[in-house]
Amino acid sequence: MDALVRELQRAVGSRYVLSRPQELLVYEYDGAVERALPGVVAVPGTAAQAAQVVAIARRHGLPVVPRGAGTGLSGGAIPIHGGVLMPMTRLNRVLEIDPLERMAIVEPGVVNIDISKAAEPYGLRYAPDPSSQKACTIGGNVAENAGGPHCLAYGVTTNHVMGMEIVLADGTLAWVGGRNHELPGYDLRGVLIGSEGTLAVTTKVAVRLQPVPEAVTTILAIFQDEDDASAAVTAIVGAGIVPAAIEMMDRLTIQAVEPAIHAGYPADAGAVLLVEVEGLREPVAEESEEVQQVCYRHGATEVRVADDPTLRERLWAGRKTALGALGRLAPNYYLLDGVVPRTKILEALRRIREISGEYALPIANVFHAGDGNLHPCILFDERMPGQTQRSREAGGAVLRTCIDLGGALSGEHGVGLEKQEYMELSFSEADMDAMARLNPAFGAGDTFNPGKVFPTGASCVELLQHPAIARLGVDAFV
Amino acid sequence: MAVGDTAAGVARGKVLATGFIGPDAPREEDLYKCVHCGLCLNACPTYVETGLETESPRGRIALMKAVFEGRAGVEPGVTEHWDLCIQCRACEAACPSGVPYGRLIEQAQAQMRPRRRGVLGRFVAWLAYAQILPSPRRMRAVSAALRLYQRSGLRALVRASRVLRLVRPLAEAEASLPDLSRPAFRASGQVYPAQGETRYRVGLLSGCVMPIFHGPTMEAAVRVLTRNGCEVHVPAAQGCCGSLNLHGGDLDGGRAMARRNIDAFLDAGVDVVISASAGCGATMKESADLFRDDPAYAAKAARFGAMTRDITEFLASLPLDPPRAGTPGRVTYQDSCHLVHAQRLSAPPRALMAAVPGLELVEMEHSDRCCGAGGSYQITQREMSGQLRAHKLEEAAATGAATIATANPGCMVQFALGAREAGLDVRVCHVVDLLDEAYRREGA
Repeated sequence: MDALVRELQRAVGSRYVLSRPQELLVYEYDGAVERALPGVVAVPGTAAQAAQVVAIARRHGLPVVPRGAGTGLSGGAIPIHGGVLMPMTRLNRVLEIDPLERMAIVEPGVVNIDISKAAEPYGLRYAPDPSSQKACTIGGNVAENAGGPHCLAYGVTTNHVMGMEIVLADGTLAWVGGRNHELPGYDLRGVLIGSEGTLAVTTKVAVRLQPVPEAVTTILAIFQDEDDASAAVTAIVGAGIVPAAIEMMDRLTIQAVEPAIHAGYPADAGAVLLVEVEGLREPVAEESEEVQQVCYRHGATEVRVADDPTLRERLWAGRKTALGALGRLAPNYYLLDGVVPRTKILEALRRIREISGEYALPIANVFHAGDGNLHPCILFDERMPGQTQRSREAGGAVLRTCIDLGGALSGEHGVGLEKQEYMELSFSEADMDAMARLNPAFGAGDTFNPGKVFPTGASCVELLQHPAIARLGVDAFV
Repeated sequence: MAVGDTAAGVARGKVLATGFIGPDAPREEDLYKCVHCGLCLNACPTYVETGLETESPRGRIALMKAVFEGRAGVEPGVTEHWDLCIQCRACEAACPSGVPYGRLIEQAQAQMRPRRRGVLGRFVAWLAYAQILPSPRRMRAVSAALRLYQRSGLRALVRASRVLRLVRPLAEAEASLPDLSRPAFRASGQVYPAQGETRYRVGLLSGCVMPIFHGPTMEAAVRVLTRNGCEVHVPAAQGCCGSLNLHGGDLDGGRAMARRNIDAFLDAGVDVVISASAGCGATMKESADLFRDDPAYAAKAARFGAMTRDITEFLASLPLDPPRAGTPGRVTYQDSCHLVHAQRLSAPPRALMAAVPGLELVEMEHSDRCCGAGGSYQITQREMSGQLRAHKLEEAAATGAATIATANPGCMVQFALGAREAGLDVRVCHVVDLLDEAYRREGA
């Protein structure tokens, strides 16, 4: 260990290697439930240093777990097999903005919202906006293929990242994709986005920028219950309107959010919808009017409309801080990410209420209603014996429900540690084999973030036992 | 999936004893409000500077939880990360779950205090916190000595001799001293009558550093208040508000000083207590919490806290008598942390500047990010303080403003030092100074 620490210190500087047990404690968590201590933490300041860290770890036979800001919600950055944890937070420079090509090249530690801030002078923005966008990094977004409220209209991270510079397991730096979307050859960019740091580490990201819309209107509609709100969601989409975002918060969430941000939600509100329409001025005005009508028709008790940035931000503040605000109700949450068809939202919410009763744990719902991406948030207290386990079980029940209703395990948070054991609900063995073949193809072995994505902490050794690899041999995939 | 249970869960589930001692320990209910969502990270100047979780609010709270749970002690590997916190409380304003971080870090500091080693450091702390700050008389004596040093030619001699270079911290402390040639403000029970009709009876905090380092700003505050219908009382019995002691973890000492001021102002029979120092105002407003376990002072402290206003907050709430003359020029404003984050006031100082004809306010980038002053932080964490100061000056200079306005003495000292270091020809002042100048130009 001492030799390892010394080598890492030489690579990144001693200030940026943490090995004292107390300091490792602050790297055992992310934004979710699971925890594990890294063996050592090395924080590179350049891509070349990151490559060196990978090479050093590999020489010592230790895994490397890349980490962004640690806001992830599926345990993606939790080093369950110890090893070298490599936060990319010091690689935080916006390297280039090309307003004519409408693209930017940034380092992975750049905070999501800072890309849009840097692009603002050119009238451009980076569209995907996870709720943690004021803290989460683009590198983490790429690893988890992150989404956000506005992904309803614009798509998720993979639709906005055109290429990355990566470090492979042998410490070489390479580019996948490039400065524009149309490149010949295999789309390795698409393969790596959402691979949760298991195949390579990102050291630069080329992102697409979009024009800031001419007009944006945010509509907050207050409903007596979730049923009315859900019906309004279906009706809005049914009317042929494609808002940039449709978000819903339930009663429990409202109770947590209101004291935090004083948005003025009525205490007896059963659900609120947040709808955003944007584009050219005239159609936005028409669509906004139509959305308001639809909401009133479906029982909205009050509708508020904002089109100046400050007021819009106030309406959004409740949504974007909802997760943290739930800390006012309980010291821990287990946030799920299941997806159901939009028409099944009501049914899903009903079943989630039943699960909440069955496991005796409150579940708050705050989610992307427009695309059926639910975020049931199970509230618990880890200090109470048994509650952590019970929350996991309740979470499993919710995810099964989503699959039963024809949905998916994850909309945008990634599989990580959290959902790996449920992968079999969505994928056949052959499906998973096909995914597992990527590991030897990238020569990743156990180097990167082992024990993620695949069921039961499958390490490389277990992956190698997958039928396809066993039959054809590793070399067939390298 | 047994992961969470193996590494930490066991220790978390079975806490036998807490590593914290005494009544002023971080409270369980405060610590576990933190759900480690990470939304505080980017608000934290030391995290942004280092990229390290250990230097982030979430990391510092995790270390407090670790001590509380018996997984770590108040020991090296823990304490230096609490020490690197400037206590700007930007994280508190960013936190959606309402973690009272300011209170937590003060209590963590209180835990470190009795365990500190180093005779010299403890002596200096005792001298500053227990002997000098609480006594306006001793503060004046120190300032007189420093003034003599600056004016007698001794300073020129010392600087020429380069003797200070042998002890860098001393050299930097010396360089950061503001110009003390201007007269000090003195609280002696004086009452300044309102101009015209008396509409408000206000008490003015004189405090410790402000009257010595920024005497002219205190005079300006009096003129602006009286001009706007205030009868200004400056009780003689008052002293330092205690906030520096509290931030340094000397909670008992800080409370003793706060009690004195509570009595002084409540006895003065004023309607409002005004502070021109954002740091003091923040502490005064939070008096109720400070004395929640003190039956003799709880009610008085709550009343005192509710009476307290920052000077910009109070003036902006009035139907302000607008200055008829202008202070032309470009000004940029640094949000003092304890005004914008602790008191959540960003609009009032800007509204006052907008009332000055000809004044052009140009916002700098990250105006609400700490400048690194942080009371004694400038001395105890020289390196980080200097880094933050250098960034700040770059951002301020980029606005092309000839004046940097702020609302707290520490920030003024830090910016003045930064400007000297950067060789920048800018003026640093309090928002109230700008308003006062405009009024004074009316006659001209």
